[in-house]
Amino acid sequence: MSRHFLLPALLCLVMAQSPFADEFSRQREQLMTAIADLATETAAETGRPAFSAAVMAALTQVPRHRFVPLDQVPYAYENRPLAIGHGQTISQPYIVALMTDLIDPRPDQTVLEIGTGSGYQAAVLAELVAQVYSIEIIAPLAEEAAARLKALGYPNLQTRVGDGYYGWEEAGPFDAILVTAAASHVPPPLIRQLKPGGRLVIPVGTHFMAQYLLLVEKTADGQVSSRQILPVSFVPLTGGGKD
Amino acid sequence: MVAQRPPYAAIFLLSAAVLSYEILLMRIFSLIQWHHFAYMMISVALLGYGAAGALVTLAQKPLTARFARVFATAAGLFGVTALLAVLAAQRVGFNALEILWDPRQLGRLGLIYGLLIVPFLCAATALCLSFTRFPDQIPRLYAADILGAATGGLGAIGLLLLLPPATALRASAALGLIAGALVTWRPGRRAVAMALGLVAGALLALPPAWTSLQPSPYKELDQTLRITRTRVLAEVSSPLGVVTAVESPQVPFRHAPGLSLLATREPPPQIALFTDGDGFTTINRFDGHWAAQSYLDFLTSALPYHLLQKPSALVLGAGGGADILQALALGARTVDAVELNPQVVTLVQQTFGDFSGRPYSLPGVRPHLAEARGFVASHDQRFDLIQVALLDAFSTAAAGLHGLAETYLYTVEALGTYLDHLTPGGLLAITRWVTLPPRDPLKLFATAVAALEARGIPDPGAHLVMIRGWKTATLLVKTAPFTPAELDAVTAFREARGFDAVWQPGMDPGWANRFNRLDRPWFYEGATALLSADRQDFLDRYKFRLTPASDDQPYFFHFFRWESLREILALKARGGLSLLEWGYPVLVATLAQALVFGALLTLLPLGLFLRWSGVAPAPGDQREGQNRDRDRALERAANFQPEPAGPLGTQPLHGQRLRDEPGQGRQGQGLSQVQDRPAAGPGRGQVPGAGQVLIYFTALGLAFMLVEIAFIQKFILFLSHPVYAVSLVLTAFLFFAGLGSRLSARMHASGQGCRGTRRAALVIAALAVTYAVTLSALFQPLLGLATTAKMALAVLIIAPLALAMGMPFPLGLASLGDRRPALVPWAWAVNGFASVVAAVLATVLAIHWGFTAVVVLAAALYLLAAATFPGGMPDRPLGPCQPSYFTPKTSAQRDRLKPAPSVSCVTRSAVMVPWGFTVICASQ
Repeated sequence: MSRHFLLPALLCLVMAQSPFADEFSRQREQLMTAIADLATETAAETGRPAFSAAVMAALTQVPRHRFVPLDQVPYAYENRPLAIGHGQTISQPYIVALMTDLIDPRPDQTVLEIGTGSGYQAAVLAELVAQVYSIEIIAPLAEEAAARLKALGYPNLQTRVGDGYYGWEEAGPFDAILVTAAASHVPPPLIRQLKPGGRLVIPVGTHFMAQYLLLVEKTADGQVSSRQILPVSFVPLTGGGKD
Repeated sequence: MVAQRPPYAAIFLLSAAVLSYEILLMRIFSLIQWHHFAYMMISVALLGYGAAGALVTLAQKPLTARFARVFATAAGLFGVTALLAVLAAQRVGFNALEILWDPRQLGRLGLIYGLLIVPFLCAATALCLSFTRFPDQIPRLYAADILGAATGGLGAIGLLLLLPPATALRASAALGLIAGALVTWRPGRRAVAMALGLVAGALLALPPAWTSLQPSPYKELDQTLRITRTRVLAEVSSPLGVVTAVESPQVPFRHAPGLSLLATREPPPQIALFTDGDGFTTINRFDGHWAAQSYLDFLTSALPYHLLQKPSALVLGAGGGADILQALALGARTVDAVELNPQVVTLVQQTFGDFSGRPYSLPGVRPHLAEARGFVASHDQRFDLIQVALLDAFSTAAAGLHGLAETYLYTVEALGTYLDHLTPGGLLAITRWVTLPPRDPLKLFATAVAALEARGIPDPGAHLVMIRGWKTATLLVKTAPFTPAELDAVTAFREARGFDAVWQPGMDPGWANRFNRLDRPWFYEGATALLSADRQDFLDRYKFRLTPASDDQPYFFHFFRWESLREILALKARGGLSLLEWGYPVLVATLAQALVFGALLTLLPLGLFLRWSGVAPAPGDQREGQNRDRDRALERAANFQPEPAGPLGTQPLHGQRLRDEPGQGRQGQGLSQVQDRPAAGPGRGQVPGAGQVLIYFTALGLAFMLVEIAFIQKFILFLSHPVYAVSLVLTAFLFFAGLGSRLSARMHASGQGCRGTRRAALVIAALAVTYAVTLSALFQPLLGLATTAKMALAVLIIAPLALAMGMPFPLGLASLGDRRPALVPWAWAVNGFASVVAAVLATVLAIHWGFTAVVVLAAALYLLAAATFPGGMPDRPLGPCQPSYFTPKTSAQRDRLKPAPSVSCVTRSAVMVPWGFTVICASQ
């Protein structure tokens, strides 16, 4: 008898603590389904048949509607980039998932992010790794993000305003680096701050569309190579499917 | 407050104001938005001219009766709204980048259209009304209008050299107000004029901050200025764009596109040069120490310097000077540095000379202010290396925003010209952005293959090398096959910098995808396919257009294929928008909008009016009994006696063009001064039907603009400078077409309208097609002439063509005025609408079939017009011309037969020119 009482009570308690308790839970579920479908579709381009369960759980945990301006809240769980002011955008959730998955995050890792923006990507990373460092170049944006992340409670996340080109020397080397700011080239200091076996990801394109993702890999012996990953299932030749 | 004399000066000023306004508007919207969306907005705004035609037609009587007041009000409103529309439009919050994500953006775009159309509507109302109010002075009014247009067009270019676009806009707006003041200026009644003058003065004196431009926050300059301690050091404006120099001491720029992942040195401190707020290049700090420039050896563009010993180098597009420094750092003996924009050179050499180390005047460097292609073609000198720099920004290339822009740098003929200027063993090096899926580099490769084959080289693959990093690719082309030693140098260069081979003679396929890996070696596979016998099959199957650009179809950046659109749009939610090449779809959307809005704004109101006033617009329309009654009343009121039967035995029609007489006909409705001609009885076939009128004036509107735009393109190559070419060609077309119009007045008066039109059409068709086919070959040996000689030659070539092109429109309109005057404003609106459509259509046609085809089509349209002259015989379009409708007996009657009022009311439209700046063509 008591068991029958306990179970619903426990469920209520869990739901109240979970982000699913909010009014966006249904939209968020649909978004996660869409992301999972896209991951399967683009398996050939990304080399990943599905995103890791941990990455998907992290995206489910982080309330994206808390990272966008009020007028964008209704669209927070649509799979599209959104304007966040200061001429900046919050990336399409699928791209956030893909970038996060590409660095193979593990709980013992230290990750550097260049371009905090609203702080959404940093929050997703903080759900997954031991320590996140994030640098933002635009001061007001950095301050807003820092306040937001503090309110949401991410003790393993540090932010600062400044030049991301030289990374965060005193906190490096890093297991992974995400560069979400535009870059004409991969800064040599960042490659230096990447641990052997580490990965660096940069989305290349314009604010509202990532043309491709650049994944830079540093092998155990320090060799550097890159992969350009189309985030979409598209074969440039008709009838020229993948072998 | 009724103007007694035609306001020639006011018309001149207003015409100049509105034309300069359109040019400035294009510049301003290129600055605050992006060029292709600016083009889209202004094409729609221009339809305000058509709307003005409808307005004047519907309310002709009350407007004419209050001419001076209406003119002054409309000109004043133009002045005020010209400024307000821009200020309001930039606050609408339209974000072009979000247009496919966010449906609200379409509503905002519509609101911008609504705002921008107002000033054009106001100005066109004033201009059209002038012609209606003073029909006896049309030739002189027309002269004032067309001269004003020419002055305004050239004046805007001049203003842009002296003032920032926002300040120039105020001058343009103030000019409109002054035009209004001139009309109302009367001794003893100067209050209104002075008020308008004061407003004009106030516009000029407004604090700059009130009219400052607010660029999209997604433009690179705006984003850069949000970084702490960044500041604008200098800003210069010219018709080529606004160049803004910015320093960022706290977060340096470090612009090194495509720098090798293996590079250890970072770029030196830099000053960024933004053009129109986007796509920056940089000025490197150079203090004489080459070590700080060593990063330049880790770009793909450094490759040719590893194959040549102390080469003489020609750098095309030297800009901020980094390519000059690269050449000197990597051992070039001499560097000829060509840059189009003198203001950029001034910034580098003077304004920031201490910072830049004055690269254009370093030992061994010879600066040249010239357009790149023209410079090469007009010089005999040969070089060991011709280096075509990366001229455009990655963001615009990646988004396909250049799809509409003509460029003569990357055509098959251009590459042939470069190869002609290489010393034996010399190299042509061209660097492009790596776009994914592969576009730019593969199209460049295809172009080089075509250029080599055009020289009769049987094995182009032996003459080509292409390497790629993750962001840039560099192509080398050689007239002789690459030697084994050179190929070894290529391999060593690639290996040391982590670049992959796209193509290299004798390459191991494993070299294609080692350092910068793709899921397949798409670039290598593309290059081998382009060198194989299966090339056409590959081009057909590839989802982007890779067919090489030619001088006749100079659209290197046009990669769009309709076949791929459905797939790309289906992938929208899946990150697929990056695959969309934006330029072409935006162009097609612009065309569709011009058609829809044009029909709504011009055809529908006029059609309604015609129906309302009992004039059915359908060809061969039958008269209702009430119309016949009205016609008889009109005939009774006519001042002229009918002519006897013409020489061909056709039944002449009675009547004339009627002047406004209160209480006459249906004028009691206050709709129009001009009533339709009676057309009952056996002579009905001689009255042009609405269909015939529609075909004639649509054909002329389209054809004039098509010819004009095509020849601007043809002359850009010859005159070697886009600004010279557009200014000169436009002015020449305006001037000689105006002259042609004046000559046509005599033809009409002597009853030779139909015959004159046919002769003119034949001359136009013959000349235009001959020019289109032969001009390129004719120009080739003359490219070395002095600029002034080339300009004189260009005017001589244009003169007879433009003279003939100035005749068919006024002749047709005057003839229509005799036969069916009520259709005159309708014809006028149809023609203006067709001009706006043609400006967009020309680009669409040229993309698909080339500019020669555009000219051929225009020639055919002129012949079609000749066959449907609204005084010819509709059932025998190619039959003999009818006699003149009547013969004027007095000078007053002859005056009335001079070209009809609307000659230049709706005659402007936008023309896109290659460097992203739009000018207006006055057309007929």
